[in-house]
Amino acid sequence: MLNIKNLHASVEGKQILKGLDLQVEPGSVHAIMGPNGSGKSTLASVLAGREEYEIDEGEVSFLGKDLLDLSAEDRAREGLFLAFQYPIEIPGVSNINFLKTALNEIREYNGLPAMSAKDFLKRVKEKQALVELSGNLARRSVNEGFSGGEKKRNEIFQMAMLEPKLSVLDETDSGLDIDALRIVANGVNTLRSEDNATVVITHYQRLLDYIVPDFVHVLYQGRIVKSGPKELALELEEKGYDWIKEELELA
Amino acid sequence: MDTITKATQSQKEKFLSQFKENCCIDTNRDLQNIREAAQAALEKLNFPTTRDEYWKYTRIAPILRGTYHQMPGSEPVDLGPTLIENMDSYDLVFVNGYFSPEHSSRLESESWLVLPLSEARNNYPELITKHYGQYADYEKHAFTALNTAYCQEGACILLKDNAQLDKPVRIINLTQGDAIAYHPRNLLVFGKGSKGAVLLSYETGSGNHAFTNAVSEIVVQENAHAALFLMQHKRDTNSHIETTQVFQEKNSQFQATTITLKGKIVRNNLNVVVDGENCLTRINGIYLTRGKQHVDNHTMIDHRQPHCESHELYKGIMNESSTGVFNGKVFVRQYAQKTNAFQSNQNILLTDQATINSKPELEIYADDVKCSHGSTTGQFDEEAVFYLRSRGIGEASARKLMINAFAADVLEYISIEPLRDRIEAYIEERYETVL
Repeated sequence: MLNIKNLHASVEGKQILKGLDLQVEPGSVHAIMGPNGSGKSTLASVLAGREEYEIDEGEVSFLGKDLLDLSAEDRAREGLFLAFQYPIEIPGVSNINFLKTALNEIREYNGLPAMSAKDFLKRVKEKQALVELSGNLARRSVNEGFSGGEKKRNEIFQMAMLEPKLSVLDETDSGLDIDALRIVANGVNTLRSEDNATVVITHYQRLLDYIVPDFVHVLYQGRIVKSGPKELALELEEKGYDWIKEELELA
Repeated sequence: MDTITKATQSQKEKFLSQFKENCCIDTNRDLQNIREAAQAALEKLNFPTTRDEYWKYTRIAPILRGTYHQMPGSEPVDLGPTLIENMDSYDLVFVNGYFSPEHSSRLESESWLVLPLSEARNNYPELITKHYGQYADYEKHAFTALNTAYCQEGACILLKDNAQLDKPVRIINLTQGDAIAYHPRNLLVFGKGSKGAVLLSYETGSGNHAFTNAVSEIVVQENAHAALFLMQHKRDTNSHIETTQVFQEKNSQFQATTITLKGKIVRNNLNVVVDGENCLTRINGIYLTRGKQHVDNHTMIDHRQPHCESHELYKGIMNESSTGVFNGKVFVRQYAQKTNAFQSNQNILLTDQATINSKPELEIYADDVKCSHGSTTGQFDEEAVFYLRSRGIGEASARKLMINAFAADVLEYISIEPLRDRIEAYIEERYETVL
């Protein structure tokens, strides 16, 4: 589904990703962990199509298409979703109007007719229940005045509404209390299927108690330096990242 | 007299002479006295330059240099462009400042008068003289004096006590032909406990280089609720100066929304004197500028009595090399304790060339008041645009959503729904191509 090969990327002349490889198959959950400054958020930004990031080398294919060739909106229309670490507040744009516009532009791109108002509202109702977002919040301006937890739940609500094929969750656990974490994880788990995949980017193992990954990758100095089963996350939690650094230095 | 003053003097003479020729005489002595007093004031007053603080950022020399014609429209009247879908209103239509009876619904009833001013002056002189020329200051302001001295026609709307207008009144000013100038003069009196909405719009049928110098006096008596919508939609080659002088009595509510969509040089002076307790005043504005347009909104709210509340919100979306001015002054007099006054001006500049001079001003002489003012100017929030795009929304529609969102809190106070829809659609059309 997603195939990243030898990806090098920089921002403002500073090289951040230095030969990253990653393969994600449908139906799988991948966790990407790593210390601060290892390139986790850069990876999310590059995948989402932020223009301030320069691709120096390498390729990324998504469902057979060259992802790097697509605009940010076309990536979303192809089925990529990024849950932001810091969701943006957009005063005056209602969540509902925003999602209706997004959903219909995605449908149009894929040759589908616009969704009827009735079906749309039905989906809103169903999906907001999934992340325990009150109807009031769904109708308010995008993220305006939302608490940290509400913003993250709103990200998952949007993900549920748009039904992406690949979701990248960028530090979704940061700033969440345990209840919000449980709700967010429950949302993600409910949406898991054989056809879609999830990449969870996180600093801490905590989220992975709730969203259990099939694979754990360690990102360090812009590259995946170690991959393993879900137990690797526990090991990282216990020992920190220093042993990985030491291993690398020895090698 | 130095040479500069001489030059200004001869320009003023030349400019004024164009209107003197056509000047009319009022049969009513009181009204004729006002006209003559304004003419005398005009002899003494100079037209403002950018050396005057009140006109610092607006050069009106291009208006004063113009050669103008005052004449009725020469083409069939086409109201098509002024159409607002689903709008049900009583219309008064003026073409080049002349009343057009066949397109208008004049009303004369127990409850209200909706008439051309000339007719109201003849038939109801005692109602008119009570208010006419009593609020807009022609002794101090040259353009108000010019209007008062040489105006010929306008709208008169009088709501008697407790009358409620069942539909909005629409005053349509249509300009036809090149270099047309006129001075529409409106008098709106909302009697005690009355309620009504008025839409005053300016449109171009044909022609360029026109100049309109409008003055409206608005009286909102005790317990009355009045709403005014000003829509400036003349071609970008036509200039417009509009003075709106409002007088509020106790327990009254007044709301104005100034919508500037087009025009070459547009200057609005909106002054509200709040002269009674327990009043609510809400003045909003939205201006969309482009090309080399210049739009200047000067507002003044004068709180003279305690326990009143005023809200002011002006928003600008400025494109290309257009320029804008916002100057909002709120006076809170010493006697006006417990005043709540809030003022805000917000601008989005779509290009590096667009400029805005924003100056919110509070002058507070009372000590127990709640007042705030603020001004923000910025570019598009590119982070927000990216956020929308990352959800599959194309760049153009993302920007359109953002513009609509920006305008939303001004538009929500446009209580005439068809008008609000029209403005929303207009904003959509305007930014369809430029973004």
